[in-house]
Amino acid sequence: MEPTIFKYIFKYSWKYQLMLLLFTLSSFPFLYYSLDLPKTIVNKAIGGSDFPKSVSGFDLDQIQYLVFLCGIFFILVLINGAFKYYINVYKGIIGERMLRRLRYQLFSRALRFPIPHFRRTSQGEVIAMVTSEVEPLGGFIGDAVALPAFQGGTLLTILAFMFIQDVVLGLAAIALYPLQIYVIPKLQRQVNALAKERVRTVRRLSDRIGEAISGIEEIHAHGTSELHRADFSRWVGTIFHIRFRIYRKKFFIKFLNNFIAQLTPFFFFLIGGYLVIEGQRNPSEGQLTFGALVAVLSAYKDLSSPWKELLDWYQLKEDSRVKYEQLIEQFEPSGVMDEELQRPAEGPIPHLSGTVVATNLALEEEGGVKTLQGVSFSFDAGEKVALVGGSGSGAETVARMLARLLPPTAGSIHIGGLNLLTLPESVTGRRIGYVGPNAPLFQGTVGDNLFYGLRHRPLPSTGPAAAEDAAGHAREVHEARMSGNTESDPDADWTDYEAAGVDGPTALLERAVEILHAVDLEAEILGLGLSGSVDAGRHPELAAAVLEARRLLRARLQDERYRDMVEPFDADRFNSNMSVAENLLFGTPIGPTFDLEHIGDNPYVRSVLQRAGLLDEFVLTGLSVAKIMVDLFQGLPPGHSFFERFSFISAEALPEYQAVIRRVETVGVGHADEADRSLLLSLPFQIIVGRHRLGLVDEAMEARVLRARQLFASDLPAELKGAIAFFDPHAFNVAASVQDNILFGKLVYGRPQAQRDVGALIIDVINELGLRRAVVELGLAFPVGVGGTRLPAAQRQKVALARCLLKRPDLLILDQAISALDAPARASVTERLFNDGLAAGQVWVLSDAEVPPVFDRIIHFEGGRRVDEAEAYQPESGAAADAGQAAGGETGGSASG
Amino acid sequence: VQYADAVAVLRTISLFAELDPATRKLLAFSSSYLTFQAGEALFHQGSPTDSVYVIDDGEVDVIVERDGHEVVVARLGRHDLFGEIGVFRNAPRSATIRAVGAVKVLKIDADVFLKAVTANGEAALAVMRILSDKLIAMTQRFEVLKEAFDKARP
Repeated sequence: MEPTIFKYIFKYSWKYQLMLLLFTLSSFPFLYYSLDLPKTIVNKAIGGSDFPKSVSGFDLDQIQYLVFLCGIFFILVLINGAFKYYINVYKGIIGERMLRRLRYQLFSRALRFPIPHFRRTSQGEVIAMVTSEVEPLGGFIGDAVALPAFQGGTLLTILAFMFIQDVVLGLAAIALYPLQIYVIPKLQRQVNALAKERVRTVRRLSDRIGEAISGIEEIHAHGTSELHRADFSRWVGTIFHIRFRIYRKKFFIKFLNNFIAQLTPFFFFLIGGYLVIEGQRNPSEGQLTFGALVAVLSAYKDLSSPWKELLDWYQLKEDSRVKYEQLIEQFEPSGVMDEELQRPAEGPIPHLSGTVVATNLALEEEGGVKTLQGVSFSFDAGEKVALVGGSGSGAETVARMLARLLPPTAGSIHIGGLNLLTLPESVTGRRIGYVGPNAPLFQGTVGDNLFYGLRHRPLPSTGPAAAEDAAGHAREVHEARMSGNTESDPDADWTDYEAAGVDGPTALLERAVEILHAVDLEAEILGLGLSGSVDAGRHPELAAAVLEARRLLRARLQDERYRDMVEPFDADRFNSNMSVAENLLFGTPIGPTFDLEHIGDNPYVRSVLQRAGLLDEFVLTGLSVAKIMVDLFQGLPPGHSFFERFSFISAEALPEYQAVIRRVETVGVGHADEADRSLLLSLPFQIIVGRHRLGLVDEAMEARVLRARQLFASDLPAELKGAIAFFDPHAFNVAASVQDNILFGKLVYGRPQAQRDVGALIIDVINELGLRRAVVELGLAFPVGVGGTRLPAAQRQKVALARCLLKRPDLLILDQAISALDAPARASVTERLFNDGLAAGQVWVLSDAEVPPVFDRIIHFEGGRRVDEAEAYQPESGAAADAGQAAGGETGGSASG
Repeated sequence: VQYADAVAVLRTISLFAELDPATRKLLAFSSSYLTFQAGEALFHQGSPTDSVYVIDDGEVDVIVERDGHEVVVARLGRHDLFGEIGVFRNAPRSATIRAVGAVKVLKIDADVFLKAVTANGEAALAVMRILSDKLIAMTQRFEVLKEAFDKARP
């Protein structure tokens, strides 16, 4: 990258800066004239004589002449304003484009850093540099040329004007400039040094924050938060002191500037006043007129502002220069990957075949520690190879070198005669699959992550896009080009179907499901799909199929075995396995309006209770509930876990309810205070008859709740219709999950077997109706969360393995890739990897000395060297499962490395 | 079965007889009233111990699995309490419990149960008394068996 910010600005924006400069220069004549005009107005229009004046053929009297000149003045004000506006906007555009370019280049470079570099550079530092540290540079780049040109030009224009009016006054105005020009850079240099130190310290701080956040579990587990607070406090304290010193120096500079600016008018009044008075006493040519003094004074008022701007610009320039140099320094580590290696490929990608030959591989860490030396081996690219050795033996290191994640410091790797180290990522990324123990996922859906390995470049768009979209897209592409960014559209379809060996999205999904089966993930994705919801508008056929499944399940539930396990939703029956609130709503709330926790506060719900004659009854029932709760829980200490688990009333609210009970029992429910009634009213909503068995909801009350249910639905105002999805046996419930839609009822509380048995029955029904594929597809839309943390570790590993298998690599490297899976899953996945032809060449990193004899070749490592080799055992299918045991034999420790 | 009925059931259990009424009510309120059909297992030998059970209606078999064989070692009926030993020992289930016919039970979470029986000295003493009774019953049974065994030996 360019070593200084000015070289950077020149290289990428000289054309625009030149435009800006020309534009700025062309604004000066107008500026000069607008300075000169007030003199004419004062001297000739207000103080003048010999009217009428002739202006381009018109004779104007004094007033007309004044209006005419003021009109011109007004127009000049507009023109100057327009210049300023345009220049500012243009500056902003240049600055932002350059900022976008700089950020893009920095990020792009970070993507090419040698991976070991990230051991020294933390995530926090890189983020801070690319986001906040470059931000002020954008502002400076816009101002880099235009501001000194404009303000300097303005300054010169005003000065020229002053000198033309009176040389002495002009000299007076700039008398103190040399002092400022001498002193300020000296002070500024000290500020710069401090600024550099501040940037470094802030980086350390972001580093500390990043480390604390990623190690948060350790902090909790060891109870060391105070240590981290102390460490943090020290760093922010250091920043405080640096800042404090910067402030003192910065504001001293400001003080000096202000002082000098205030000193100059002193000269004006003294010298200018003297000259005018003298001129009036002895009128002669070339004397300073009163009008000229007014004009000079008003010009001086304008003079201080550009001068101040110039000084500020100088400070900003120094600041930006320092920042830029510090940034560049961080983004030029040794061993940055050549840009060419990451260029998106054009044309067909060659396959890797032939012999893999590694010669004299060595790795020397910083400080000269050799963690790998003199390792040579060869194998055929289609073979199954085991690299055997514990942590630190070198086996993992070699695996990462084969995946081109770690460049060796000496030696070479060739595959079929091609040098692996110089192959572009467009080849290695497609032909080599690497699954490590960590399996990081990206934010997005399971499907996004599954197809991630197929997304190397956007497909050429097919079909005509809407004209509006096309225009918008063209604008985006133009802007990207102006900033030197990539023109690839992230919203385009990037999925390389051919790479997966399929011809389109439908076939890809089919292939993905096969692979999900292979890695033992299909049933789990099905589970995610069942708990997901369906946009019935977009998938009407799926919604219809779910309704069919509901009918089939209902028929199956008639079987003796299941009969008492589910209580279906029935509009005419009270459901004793859901709460009174749910019974009243008889639907799934959408949004917070009918939030079940606060349903008693809802005015519409209250009006429904009122009309159903339930209001007093609810208050009365609430009183009974409150008395039972107080009776049961008053002996427990506050904060006891039983409150949370069993009580209708929280520990904090219990004393309040005790008071309410006393008050209400004294005056009677009918005369109770509205606030007390409200509190009691909220309790009966929580009752689930089949679970709580309080005996407070009798048949008569159930009947009235049913009446209220009808009223609630029939009178629901139009504006509340979107806040609830009613349970309708013939309609799909958009607010409920697929599983709940199929079940269309509640599992019975007293039947603990129901969960398992009915769950299995639902899956049977789905299979029978051929719905399984569609539900799995829904599961693929499950968002995995930041870093995939919403999926358990074993599922993350399975997704990482599946996405490698999907791209059909020539060489698949499995570095403890399935260590998080349980033993049976490990065995079955291993078996399929060996026998189902999912990937031809496989390199496994195994830690165990007892490697099952299923590998074509076994290479042993110890202490960074190759130790011996057991050649070519014949593969035995039955033993493959044992390889899985060995492969997953070690977990944990190395996963965090 | 309402919560008030559950309280009545618990009063018949000697282990809970010494509890103060509020604690017994809390036990009853926090318990689940469950139904099992004939042949369904309430829990399996070796599974984690998370609760104790009181039979309200019906019978269950206590089954010990040994070398792949199932041996029915006891049959429990109405108002019998089981599962408490595992809770006291904080050990996995020592036997499988299977419903003989339709069975209705009260299931009490282990921590609620422990909280109740350690609430006061009286309750804790009741636990010791009951365990001692069981121990004596076992010893007597052992003596009877030993006598029979000795007689049978030539």
